[in-house]
Amino acid sequence: MTTTLLMVLLILGCALVTWLPRVIPFILVRNLELPQVVLRWLQFIPVCILSALVFQSLLNTEGKFVTLNGENTVAFVPTLLVALWTKSLSKTVIVGVLTVAILRNFF
Amino acid sequence: MKGLDGVATEIKEMKEIAKTATEDSFFQGMKDCIPTLLGYISIGFAFGVVGIASKLSILEIFLLSALVYAGSAQFIFAGLYVAGAPMSVIIITTFIVNLRHFLMSLTVAPYFTRYSALRNVGFGSLLTDETFGVAVTKMGREKQLGGRWMDGLNLTAYLTWIAACVLGGLVGNWIPNPNRWGLDYALVAMFIALLVLNLANASRGKLMHYLKLIGCVFGAMYILSYFMPSHLAVLLSTVIVATIGVITEK
Repeated sequence: MTTTLLMVLLILGCALVTWLPRVIPFILVRNLELPQVVLRWLQFIPVCILSALVFQSLLNTEGKFVTLNGENTVAFVPTLLVALWTKSLSKTVIVGVLTVAILRNFF
Repeated sequence: MKGLDGVATEIKEMKEIAKTATEDSFFQGMKDCIPTLLGYISIGFAFGVVGIASKLSILEIFLLSALVYAGSAQFIFAGLYVAGAPMSVIIITTFIVNLRHFLMSLTVAPYFTRYSALRNVGFGSLLTDETFGVAVTKMGREKQLGGRWMDGLNLTAYLTWIAACVLGGLVGNWIPNPNRWGLDYALVAMFIALLVLNLANASRGKLMHYLKLIGCVFGAMYILSYFMPSHLAVLLSTVIVATIGVITEK
């Protein structure tokens, strides 16, 4: 249960840079009316950012060429099917984790 | 007989849905957080284990989860710290990895302008990928969000995250390799489910538009990944394709 002053400062620095991007929009939007076109633009953010985060996990950027990450791509299929079929967050998480655990332990 | 019972429970469920759709309750926020808890628990636990293996103390794991409160950034923090990266690099990387929250906050914030600045700071401080995902799913369905509901959702997620991280740190010494159990994939699985839930709310015409845009996101991610770290590619792909979305919208 110990830490150093330097470590506390480092954590506080990281806390600040993760806090500001989260909070600034909430303050900004309260004080200024967003134009209609920006609000329309924001409607597309959920689907775009969630799919970008999914694709980030599918792409392997380590090598010379960007390729599909084998393990994550194989796990993607049953996970997506369960999500489509059950529309349930917890069931999707369980199937996803189990698939990856099986892939990592048996293949 | 079974048919009658089925109808009865269905009507009961429908009544419950109708009731919760209008009510802004802290408790309902907590309830709506439950499906994501499995993700927080497995990823937080995995972080605690990784943190101990990266020579972080329990106190430091606690401070990180309570103050930084961002899964991917915490993992990268541990990785950079154990590799001996300079402070400036750790802070800048953390900033870039979490910059996507700016877009997420901006998407959710217009629904909370009727609340005080302090309440809004509260909503923003505890926004995560998952609470964003749950909130936009509700937005898509009900076109409105309540402050008490958001607080219930946020606080449940926050406290669970801290508890899971600390617990992982406490037992970390006895668990050699959390990756083996696929716990890290919980986050990806959650993104997949949240994406599907958001698409499920869309009308048929909109759905086709969204699917085309998702194709664009893949293309953008693939190309941009050659030129920048993947966290920046996520941000830029989102900005570009959301703009395409506005232009091609009918």
